[in-house]
Amino acid sequence: MSAPMLAIEAVSAAYGAVQALREVSLEVRAKEIVTLVGANGAGKSTLLMTICGDPRARTGRILFEGRDITRLPTHQIMRLGLAQVPEGRRVFPRMSVMENLLMGAQVAGHDPAPLLEQVFALFPRLKERQAQRGGTLSGGEQQMLAIGRALMSKPRLLLLDEPSLGLAPLIVRQIFAAIRDLNEREGLTVLLVEQNAYQALRLAHRGYVLVNGRITLAGAGQDLLAMPEVRDAYLGGGH
Amino acid sequence: MAYALQQLINGISLGMIYGLIAVGYTMVYGIIGMINFAHGDIFMIGAFIALISIVMLVSGGIMEGPAAILIVLLVSMCVTSLYGWTVERIAYRPLRGSFRLAPLISAIGMSIVLQNYVQVAQGARVKPIEPLVPGGVTVMQAEAFVVQFSFMQMMIIAVTLAVLAVFTWLVTRTPLGRAMRACEQDRKMAGLLGIDTDRTISLTFVIGASLAAVAGTMYLLRYGVIDFYIGFLAGVKAFTAAVLGGIGSLPGAVLGGLLIGLIETFWSAYFSVQYKDVAAFSILAIVLIFMPTGLLGRAEVEKV
Ligand SMILES: Nc1ncnc2c1ncn2[C@@H]1O[C@H](COP(=O)(O)OP(=O)(O)O)[C@@H](O)[C@H]1O
Ligand SMILES: [Mg+2]
Repeated sequence: MSAPMLAIEAVSAAYGAVQALREVSLEVRAKEIVTLVGANGAGKSTLLMTICGDPRARTGRILFEGRDITRLPTHQIMRLGLAQVPEGRRVFPRMSVMENLLMGAQVAGHDPAPLLEQVFALFPRLKERQAQRGGTLSGGEQQMLAIGRALMSKPRLLLLDEPSLGLAPLIVRQIFAAIRDLNEREGLTVLLVEQNAYQALRLAHRGYVLVNGRITLAGAGQDLLAMPEVRDAYLGGGH
Repeated sequence: MAYALQQLINGISLGMIYGLIAVGYTMVYGIIGMINFAHGDIFMIGAFIALISIVMLVSGGIMEGPAAILIVLLVSMCVTSLYGWTVERIAYRPLRGSFRLAPLISAIGMSIVLQNYVQVAQGARVKPIEPLVPGGVTVMQAEAFVVQFSFMQMMIIAVTLAVLAVFTWLVTRTPLGRAMRACEQDRKMAGLLGIDTDRTISLTFVIGASLAAVAGTMYLLRYGVIDFYIGFLAGVKAFTAAVLGGIGSLPGAVLGGLLIGLIETFWSAYFSVQYKDVAAFSILAIVLIFMPTGLLGRAEVEKV
């Protein structure tokens, strides 16, 4: 079997004295959707940010497509073919939708026009709103914009931090459908972080469970969904 | 009436100079949230580089006329931006991520260093030059009073407008400008999109310093005398202009500069020349107390 696209090997990270990740190991293979579930404060966002070099891993190694990126500066890591939709979306509030999207392609060195077409096809809403300022969009539109902006760099690996947070169920379904679509049609590899695990694990090929900065469970998405400890902790008994 | 018209012309050409400096304050504040107290001294450096180039070019008899002024301007912009870049690199970047007041204190230190450096290198005496652009047109004559619009003033206004037009294009239309705005709005996110944020901040200092160099050159040509201390007063007034316009707002900086220039000119004309600097300081205090977001600034929750 070929080497994984992303390999995280025994990575620890901390904010000052606060230990956020403890010896986390995880891998994502090409064309997979991998979901990482965990409660609030488990360290999910920290893991995605550590992959991008901010905060930096204190121990362990991170390999992207076989290359050690553990010590690279953030902006260099982000030029290698991965993109992140971070927690809170972080749309540029005083830039138009169009400019936000162009920011995604700024350092990629390719013509943004065909990618714009793709993003607009995926989220027609963004095309209608292209002149509107990012800060005035609704939560769902901002999430679409944040995903669209990440896609503008034509990444091979997409890191998604809680794309469903605070959104109406209909919009969440739309966004998850878009992720599945990108994965099936474009072969985009996805590492998805979610607190609400049901849909995220159903979407995923494989999943990991993060508790207090440690990986406690790993397996196929459907298998994790069936485990009582996952059901109790992350599915709230519902669904 | 005629007298007021003359003050208007004088005030606008002075205000343009303040506006150019104010843009540098507001840009740096926007992108890293600090007041670059050394920026007034960068303006002073710009004036001295212009002076040195004029002495070499014009007084050396190599060139004259508009071509000489253009060369002087370009030389001053290039060399001064190198100073701006260096100040950021050695005095502010190492302190990034440190406590909030650290770069501010460092900036005051840089200001003193630059002043003393020029004082030692150039001497403390004022440096006069011959006027390079003499003459002007008479706009209006009312009894004994002649309203003069000097070629020098026209040039200041024309050069400033041209420089501001290029600058506006750079900030609003180019990838570099977009990266600068991205860093200003969310630096962490800009980094996640592959932007080299340290480089973008460096370029912001370079651009701010080159605008200050234009202001310094214009100041030298207009007033004909400079010394190592001009950066302090001009700096405080331009800073006032930036605050009045709304710190962080680029159009606000230009508007604030014009207003400060006009207020100072009219104040000197109708009240008292001795107290003209007091006017600027009083405005600063009043604006900070009653209108901290300025004319075009946005009311915003303090970023941490
Ligand atoms: N910038 C920060 N400074 C200090 N502690 C932080 C910071 N960000 C996160 N933490 C802490 O790190 C831990 C993991 O946080 P986070 O990765 O945001 O969790 P999650 O995304 O799973 O909710 C938490 O205990 C949180 O309080
Ligand atoms: Mg989180």
